[in-house]
Amino acid sequence: MRVFRYPSPPPSSITPHALWLSRRDLLAAGAAAGLVGGSLPSRAARAVDLAAQPGPLSGEGLKPTPLRDVTHYNNFYEFGLEKTDPAERSGDFHPRPWTVRVEGMVAKPRTYDIDALLGRKLEERIYRMRCVEAWSMVIPWIGFALRDLLAEVEPLGSAKYVAFESVVRPSEMPGQGGVLPVLDWPYVEGLRLDEAMHPLTILAVGLYGQTLPNQNGAPVRLVVPWKYGFKGIKSIVRIRLTDRQPRTSWNVRAPDEYGFYANVNPAVDHPRWSQASERPIGAGGGFFGAGRQPTLPFNGYGEQVAGLYAGMDLRRDF
Amino acid sequence: MVARRVRSAGLIRLALYGIGLVPAVVSFVLGATNRLGADPVNTFERTLGLWALRFLILSLCITPLRDLAGVNLLRYRRAVGLLAFWYALFHLSAYVALDQGFDLHTLLADVTTRPFIILGMVAFTILSALAATSNGWAIRRLGRRWKVLHRWVYAAAICAAIHFILSFKVIRVETLLYGLIVAALLAFRVYRAVPHRVKTPPV
Repeated sequence: MRVFRYPSPPPSSITPHALWLSRRDLLAAGAAAGLVGGSLPSRAARAVDLAAQPGPLSGEGLKPTPLRDVTHYNNFYEFGLEKTDPAERSGDFHPRPWTVRVEGMVAKPRTYDIDALLGRKLEERIYRMRCVEAWSMVIPWIGFALRDLLAEVEPLGSAKYVAFESVVRPSEMPGQGGVLPVLDWPYVEGLRLDEAMHPLTILAVGLYGQTLPNQNGAPVRLVVPWKYGFKGIKSIVRIRLTDRQPRTSWNVRAPDEYGFYANVNPAVDHPRWSQASERPIGAGGGFFGAGRQPTLPFNGYGEQVAGLYAGMDLRRDF
Repeated sequence: MVARRVRSAGLIRLALYGIGLVPAVVSFVLGATNRLGADPVNTFERTLGLWALRFLILSLCITPLRDLAGVNLLRYRRAVGLLAFWYALFHLSAYVALDQGFDLHTLLADVTTRPFIILGMVAFTILSALAATSNGWAIRRLGRRWKVLHRWVYAAAICAAIHFILSFKVIRVETLLYGLIVAALLAFRVYRAVPHRVKTPPV
């Protein structure tokens, strides 16, 4: 059996742990002073430190996007359409108690409590994140391989796809109301079973050393680093194995713009804009800082995942 | 008396340009000094485009305002229209220079294949023609044709409004409102252009 190897960044490109800690001290000081989270309702999540193996990191020469940008520049339409909405309007969201139901074509359907998921052996994975809107980040996720979870429920031979479903709570998620229909709720996503079983595919429960903030998809979300960000469904409540290709929210909304696969591909443009390059978020320097950088096929993970799509026409199955 | 009135109109026009350019200057300074958020180029580009559309709509409001409310601001219409043109130019420049970094390959593909971008370019081209003829010399020179040419401002507004609606992944209330305003202004002009027979009571 082929052993999977992660691409490793040079040590110099990894943020020193001490630096993270000092950032967290700052946050803690802010919280103590009532600046951060001082008015959160009692059931709301408070960031909890997660013990994660430094584990296999990924990507070469990756510098994580500042925490502030990772948590304040988000697309999470359940909380609103603006990038700042998820951070500003997710304070009433309760990420616990929480369970994730894993069911469908499996021998042992199970309901996982979030504490059980947080108690698993967690790994840190520094991944590139490429949004379909042509911007990108580098995020130090904490989580575990989805394949490990799926192995526990024992998928049947008939299972070909994995369908994911997000939570619906209009009272806590102001974007699920609204005047114009945005997307059909719940947000749904899907992967082919082999994509879901790929070692790079993780369920994330944290980032930057702590539990996921509400605006990043608390308490548990999907991360598939070679696909556009919208594939990374947030606040998951149900995972279902199936023999049919699942419906996916953006594909239902605009099938000519968002495919089921949604692999990052600089050669296949969005009808309204080019996907050849991307704007790195939080690069600093204002207008004259970073500038665009070329987008890589499969977001730079081609060596690991291109084989999944051998023989497929990626222009048709975009 | 008349001279003073003319002079004050000139001052107001000057003030209009000054105030009108404030959003551009402020966001440029913020962006250049890294205070325009996580994605400064995108924010700047969108701000400029939005103000172009706002000034375009304002310039279209001036005639209905006179006809319906009796407020005559006709002498400031050129200034407002030119502000729309300048913002459109800034918006396009930000896209070409800051966003795409003069990447001719991408730019060419954008303006030839993407309806979203083509609509914006059509609006800009029209506004350029209107801006170039927004002076006394062109008005005298073009005579009656000047009016016909400047009616194209409605085509520009329609293209700009659709371009704005398409600039987001989903249709937003805000963008639809701008579209509705443009549609209402156009409807008003069409209604006015059609001769309405006045019913005279039978004798």
